[in-house]
Amino acid sequence: MSNSVIKCENVFKIFGAKAKKMLQDSNGNVDAKTFQENGCIVGVNNASFEVAKGEMLVVMGLSGSGKSTLLRCISRLTDATSGKIYIEGQDLLKLNNKELIDLRRNKMGMVFQSFALLPHKTVVENIAFPLQIKGIEIEDSISKAMDMVKLVGLEGRENYFPRELSGGQQQRVGIARSLAVEPDIWFLDEPFSALDPLIRKEMQDEFLRLQEKLQKTIMFITHDFDEALKLADRIAIMKDGIIEQLDTPANIVLNPSTEYVRKFTEEVPREKVLLIEDVMDKSDIKDLSELKVFKDETIENVAEKILSQDKAVAVIDGNNKIVGSINPTKIINTVFGGRKNSN
Amino acid sequence: MSFGDCPPLLGWLPIWINDSLFFLMNEWLPMEFWNEDTQSYKTRPLVLQITREITSVMTFLIELIRDILLGGLKTIVAFTSWDFVGSNSWAKMPGLPWTIVAAGAAILAYQLSGKGLALFAGLVMVYISIFGQWKPSMQTLSFILVAAPLSFIFGLGLGIAAFKNKRVEKALYPILLVMQTMPQYAVLVPALVLFGVGDHAAVIITMIVAVPPMILLTLLGLRAVPPEVIEAGRMSGCNNWQLMFKVLIPTARRDILIGVNQVIMVCFSMAVISAFIGAKGLGFNLLLALNQLNIGLALEAGLCISLIAILLDKMSLAWANKQVDYFGNLSFYERNKNAIYFGIAVFIGIIMAYLGSFYFKQGFNYLFEVPHNKGISTADFWNKGVDWIFDTFFVYIKAFNTWLIVEVLQPMRALYLRMPAVATLVLVVGAGYLIGGVRSALVVCGLTLFIALSPWWDRALVTTYMATFGVIVSCIIGFTVGTLCFQNKHSANFMLGVCDIFQTFPSFVYLIPVMMLFGITDTSVLIAVIVYATIPATRYTIEGLRSVPTALHDAATMSGVNKFQRLTKIEFPLAFPHMMLGLNQTIVFALFMVIIGAFIGTEDLGQYILKALSDKNGAGIGLTLGICVAFIGLIFDNLIRTYVQKRKKHLGID
Repeated sequence: MSNSVIKCENVFKIFGAKAKKMLQDSNGNVDAKTFQENGCIVGVNNASFEVAKGEMLVVMGLSGSGKSTLLRCISRLTDATSGKIYIEGQDLLKLNNKELIDLRRNKMGMVFQSFALLPHKTVVENIAFPLQIKGIEIEDSISKAMDMVKLVGLEGRENYFPRELSGGQQQRVGIARSLAVEPDIWFLDEPFSALDPLIRKEMQDEFLRLQEKLQKTIMFITHDFDEALKLADRIAIMKDGIIEQLDTPANIVLNPSTEYVRKFTEEVPREKVLLIEDVMDKSDIKDLSELKVFKDETIENVAEKILSQDKAVAVIDGNNKIVGSINPTKIINTVFGGRKNSN
Repeated sequence: MSFGDCPPLLGWLPIWINDSLFFLMNEWLPMEFWNEDTQSYKTRPLVLQITREITSVMTFLIELIRDILLGGLKTIVAFTSWDFVGSNSWAKMPGLPWTIVAAGAAILAYQLSGKGLALFAGLVMVYISIFGQWKPSMQTLSFILVAAPLSFIFGLGLGIAAFKNKRVEKALYPILLVMQTMPQYAVLVPALVLFGVGDHAAVIITMIVAVPPMILLTLLGLRAVPPEVIEAGRMSGCNNWQLMFKVLIPTARRDILIGVNQVIMVCFSMAVISAFIGAKGLGFNLLLALNQLNIGLALEAGLCISLIAILLDKMSLAWANKQVDYFGNLSFYERNKNAIYFGIAVFIGIIMAYLGSFYFKQGFNYLFEVPHNKGISTADFWNKGVDWIFDTFFVYIKAFNTWLIVEVLQPMRALYLRMPAVATLVLVVGAGYLIGGVRSALVVCGLTLFIALSPWWDRALVTTYMATFGVIVSCIIGFTVGTLCFQNKHSANFMLGVCDIFQTFPSFVYLIPVMMLFGITDTSVLIAVIVYATIPATRYTIEGLRSVPTALHDAATMSGVNKFQRLTKIEFPLAFPHMMLGLNQTIVFALFMVIIGAFIGTEDLGQYILKALSDKNGAGIGLTLGICVAFIGLIFDNLIRTYVQKRKKHLGID
């Protein structure tokens, strides 16, 4: 078994009374339109992928694309109609109720778009809730929850009620609650979508800081392509229940596999998203200029320096070893080339 | 029977219900039961045994609370024996002095809401005591303290069951629907057969009436819990039990507590009505006074029961709206200060009562309990007032009465009665078809046929005619008052407050002032109906007008409409569906009051229900009559709701 923590094989989720039978008859070739004519709605259509340990997979799609349904299949808040889902090698769909509750109490945490805090409990009680449900003593759970309060930067507000907090603060509570049991797998369902743009950016940075520290295996749902580019190790783009493309942010921007994906990438400022590593030439390392750039820099940061050179520039890694080269023209082509409106 | 009426094909139904009840009670499934008194097994039918068991439990609970509030022996005897009490004189427990109950009520009110309510609670209790209504008030209170929690538990339980299981919900739904429009009178008779006469039977009837709204509000509250909160609970690893009691119910807390408020209000209403089957307390005194035409005494009892009702209403609403406080780092004193205050109050109260026993030598310790007929009484004053009104205005009242009866009521009544049943049926079914299509038409047809085929079609018409008259006048008044009050935010709030308070009065109380003014005539009943039914008409008019979105309001203003144009072109059309729901409530309220009006003496279905109370075969008749009234209500309910739903969809304001 590889080191994949989440593994999905041909997962289908179809809503409707005749869903099971229609799926059997279709032999895995599901056409959303014919299903809809028969009163069935296709939520997830043949999803197969793996998420490695410590990896962040961002599932991106517009509303109704089935991204939340996919997440709910994997957290088994809803049962997939067919297919296999493995969590750390365990067959999720074969677990009985007790085993499922155990799995959720120890391995999984989830954050919700509307925060979903319990209105009758204070911040610290909300965070301690999953611990108390597990049967941990009240005092231990509260002290553990206080650590979480500090982790998300809400010290001094632990005795507030959710109604007394701003949206961003409420979501910090939601994040702290989902982390309280120290889960290995972290599900986030559009956690920042209900927040103002400025707060959203702040929370994204905070989230990246947390992930650096905690190294969880993450499935992150969003409808915001920029957010996906900013956070993801890999992005899955969904449309009508189908995963259109699953790849690294750079590959999606550079090589969109379908017309639908290309539309998202059109407006993306590539110099901000792509790293030198993504566009460098690995084979040609002769005849370089004096200038050296790190492979992990974004194009935006070093473009000016590179464009001032006549020859290709050396690209080095952290050990100062040359791993490739990049030509000034390549920078210009990458940033301005291949766009629909660029004549 | 006039031309075109249906034959009373359902005449067998009441008799069948009677026979079935008799069979259930006296013959079905005899079993052996252990009898404590005779120390032997005895054969008894199962249902009889069950009802007797329920009876004894209820009686015990009521006695227990009554003993605490009023003093007595029965509870201690129930736990021990008469011999024990005889040999241990200390066991003769006195009740709580009224000072302690008053202080307790004030402290509880303070905890729930603050100084204002605490002052009100204290004053109500002092008033009750000073005016010599302590004993019946505490009897009523003990009745409510048993009936309300039991109704709450059953309602919550059934509500949860219906939420979890669609089949339970489907089974409960028709019962809930009928119970909402069933006059409370009608339940009295079958309960009389099953449980006999007394406080325990009253508690059971109250539960039958109070549980349905509790179920509905529990369902409503649980349904309103956001799905993400439920998912968050599941992802926290809740099992089903934890999910229900730690996530769903606390989140739905507010709706559930509104249900508690409803339960308490129904309990008060029933506290009076169940006096018909021998429940003690204020209701009994009220009925007795009304029977003797002692308006003054009736007014005092009615005022007392209304005051307690308002108090408990405010307290339960304060509880519902109260946000939970966090007690994390408060000191012991701060956390328990209300309990400490209550302890001090108990201590002072006992000392005062003890000192009082030396001071008042005539046999009545006023610091312990003011006896029933020894308080201040204003009855004479009111009675004289009534006499004065009669002497002074007799001619005018009489003239008004005669005019109303001869010129308006008689012709209207004749018109209703002359209408052939078949024609009425066609009219109602036609309306159903136009409003809601075939489905609606079939439902109303079924409901109407039931009434038409029962032996009381003409009485049902009399009920309908009285209710119609009441509804028309109520709607005109409510609509006008509501619209006028809506023009100003303060007057609208004031009006809603007035509606709240009027709605808290037990329905029977409305009969007192009208009897005072108009004596025992149809006019009295109709005026009570109008006053009572105007409440929902006014409330829904204001709420409907308020529900019009501000954006539309602004848009209309920017289009340059004047106030009148805005009212007629924007606000009325949009508020109309909500106002129609108000009409629905107005009809239900009017029907209830018409039926209760039987007490004054009408000639409609209500009168027959009242008669059934003293009939040994009354159970079947009472229940069938009750169903008839419920069906009248449901016919209008179905038509109006279907119309409102269509209209709302059309306007896009769901």
